[in-house]
Amino acid sequence: MIISVEDIGKKYRLGEYNLRSALSDIKQSIFKSKIETAENDRTQAGGKYVWALQDINFSVNSGEVLGIIGKNGAGKSTLLKVLSRVTAPSTGIIKIRGRVGSLLEVGTGFHPDLTGRENIFLNGAILGMSKIEIRSKFDEIVDFAGIQKYIDTPVKRYSSGMYVRLAFAVAAHLEPEILIVDEVLAVGDAEFQEKCVGKMKSVSGEGRTVLFVSHNMGTIRSLCTRGILLRNGKMVLDSNIETAIDSYLKTNAKRLSDGSIPEGASLQNSGDGRITSIKTSDFKNEATSDFFYNSPIHLEIDFDSEIELDRALIGIQIKNSLNESIQDFVNVYDNVNLGVRKGRNTYKVTLNNAMHPGKYYLNITMARFNGVPLDSLESIVELNISNMGETAESGYPFAWYNGYLKGSATWQQA
Amino acid sequence: MDNKDWDIIITPKKKWWDLQLKEIVKSKDLLFLFFRRDVVSVYKQTLLGPLWFFIQPILSSFAFTIILSGFGKLSTDGIPPFLFYLSGMIPWGYFATVVQNNSNTFYQNQNVFGKVYFPRLLMPFSLTLSNLLKFALQFSLFLAIWFYYLVNSSITPNITAFLLPLNLIAMSMLGLGIGLILSSLSIRFRDIGFVVGFFLQLALYMSSVIIPVSMAGKYKWIILANPMSAIIESFKYGFLGQGYFSPSALAYSYGFAFLVFMAGIVAFKKAEGTFIDKI
Repeated sequence: MIISVEDIGKKYRLGEYNLRSALSDIKQSIFKSKIETAENDRTQAGGKYVWALQDINFSVNSGEVLGIIGKNGAGKSTLLKVLSRVTAPSTGIIKIRGRVGSLLEVGTGFHPDLTGRENIFLNGAILGMSKIEIRSKFDEIVDFAGIQKYIDTPVKRYSSGMYVRLAFAVAAHLEPEILIVDEVLAVGDAEFQEKCVGKMKSVSGEGRTVLFVSHNMGTIRSLCTRGILLRNGKMVLDSNIETAIDSYLKTNAKRLSDGSIPEGASLQNSGDGRITSIKTSDFKNEATSDFFYNSPIHLEIDFDSEIELDRALIGIQIKNSLNESIQDFVNVYDNVNLGVRKGRNTYKVTLNNAMHPGKYYLNITMARFNGVPLDSLESIVELNISNMGETAESGYPFAWYNGYLKGSATWQQA
Repeated sequence: MDNKDWDIIITPKKKWWDLQLKEIVKSKDLLFLFFRRDVVSVYKQTLLGPLWFFIQPILSSFAFTIILSGFGKLSTDGIPPFLFYLSGMIPWGYFATVVQNNSNTFYQNQNVFGKVYFPRLLMPFSLTLSNLLKFALQFSLFLAIWFYYLVNSSITPNITAFLLPLNLIAMSMLGLGIGLILSSLSIRFRDIGFVVGFFLQLALYMSSVIIPVSMAGKYKWIILANPMSAIIESFKYGFLGQGYFSPSALAYSYGFAFLVFMAGIVAFKKAEGTFIDKI
C-alpha cells in the first residue's frame, strides 16, 4: 500500500466573509462550541457549511493508475487538492509513502519576466525536483517542448502554444513515486495532446502510481486500471475502470422511467425555470429509449418557467460512450424561433437520427437567446440505437462502424 | 500500521510547534531559486536596474536633510544631517520593506499556493533574503559616504559598531515576524493591505530615524517603545559616535523581535493549512 485515505471529509463555508462571520468564527474558536454549524445538503440555498467531500476511504497500491471520475462539483478536484496538500482536510487522515508530484495546473509559478531556461529551473523546483535532477533532464525538457531557439527569451514573449508546451514538458519529466494529475492534458493542439497522453502512458507503464482526474472517458479508459466514482462529495464506487465509467455514464442519466426529472439533477440552473420532464418516443410514437437504426427520435420536453421570453434556445447534444460530443442540435440552426411562456411549456423535437448503432447520451440545455443557460442537464437521456431498421431491409448494412455518424452524399458514376 | 512507516501524513490540523524545519532545509534549492527570482525580476526592464537600490535611500535622506534639518531645524545630535538621516533610513528601509513585502505573502501567491505544495515559509524567507542583499548593497553605499566623512570631519566610531550582525538579525526577525502575522490576518481581512503602509509611516515618525532619542525629552519612552529605535540608535552610536546607547533598551528590542518572530511563525503555520479556502 502506498496511499491510504481514511474518513477524509472537507467542509466549506458558504456565503461571504465579513465582520459578522469573523466574529462568529472567533466566538466559536474560543468557546469551542457548535453554535452555528447549520449544514447545507447541496440541494437548496442557505445553511452555513457544505461538505465537498465526506467519508472518503480508499487505498492505492504501488503501480496502480487510478482514475477519479464524477460530474462537475462531485468533489474530484477537492480530493486532489487535499491529496496534494494544497488545502487541509476537515476530517480524517491520509498517509503516503514516497514523493508526491502534483500537476493541478501546468506552468505553476512561471514568471513572465524570466527566460525559458530560468523558468524550467524554477518550475521544476516548485514541482519538487532538485537542481541536479533538473540539470540532468534539461536537454530532454527543451527537446520535448521544441523551443530550443527561444530558451533564453522571457516567457512573456512566447506564443501561448510554446508556453503550454514548455510548462507541460517540465511537468512530464517529474519523476516522483506518486503522480497526481488533474485534467492538464486538455491543453495545446491535438498533436501535442496526443504526445502528452503518450507520455502519460509511458509514465504509468513504468510502474509509477498515478491518480488521474479527467472528464474525457476515452483518456481515462486508456490510462487507468481502476476507477473511483464520486457523487456529491461521496464515494459511490471503487472498481475496475470499465465498471466505473459505465456506472458514471448511467448514473448521470437520472431521468425517471416516466420521463420526469427530479429536482437537483441540473448541472446548471439559473432559478428562472426547470426542465421537468423529457419523454422519448420512436417512429410509431411509442415511449421508449431503444431506437431503430436510421429512424427518427421524438422528444417531448417540458419546461416550467417563472419568466417570459420572446426568444430562447434549446440545445441538444449527442455524446458517445466516451463522453465526447459528436453532434448537436439547436433550434436556431433550423431557423426556428421558440419562446417561453410563464408556467408549463412543452416543446416537441424530432431528431434526424444519423447515429451508428450503439449507446449514446443526450445533454439538453434550455437557454436565453444570448446563450446564458436557464437549465442544463448532462447525460440526461440514454439512447440505444439498434442495428435493426424500421423494416427488415433498412437495418445497418455492415458488421463494423466507422465513427459515430452516418454521412450522406450524392453519388454518381461518371 | 505504525505512522513511522509513512513519509507524508495529512491531517486536518497540525501541531503548532511542528514547524517542519527539516522540510525547509530539504527545499534549499527552491529557496535559492525564489531568492534569485525575487532579485532578478524586480529590476527587469528598468533602465537603471539595481541602481534604484541606491537612489531610494539617497533621495529620501536628501529630502529629510532639506526639510527637517534645513527648514525644521531639527537636531541631528551634531552629526552631519545627511549622514544622520542616511544611517537611519537604510536600516529602517530594510525593516519596512520586509514587513511590507511579507504582509501579502498569501494574497500574492494564492495562484501558486493553490496549485502545488511546498513549504510555504520558503516565500517569506526568500523575500527576506533578497531584501538582505539589497541592504548589503545599501550598506556598502553607506560605508563609502561614511568613510568620506570619517576622513573629512569629526565623527568617531566605536567598538559597538560590531553589534551590526546582531542588530541585523533582530531587524530581520522583527520585520519577518510582523510580516508573517499581518499576512496571516490578511487572509480574512483584506483591510490589512490598507493599514500596513500607513502603520509603517506612523512608526517611522515615532522612531529615532527622525527624532534622536536625546531630543525626545519626556517623550523618550514613546520613541523607545518602537523596537526599531534602540537598534537604529545603536547603529548610529557605533558608526557615528553619537546617539543613545543603552543595553537595556537594546535587550528590549531583541526580546521583542524574538517574540514577534516566534508568534509570526506560529500564526503563519496555523494559517497556511486552509488559507486557500478562505482568501
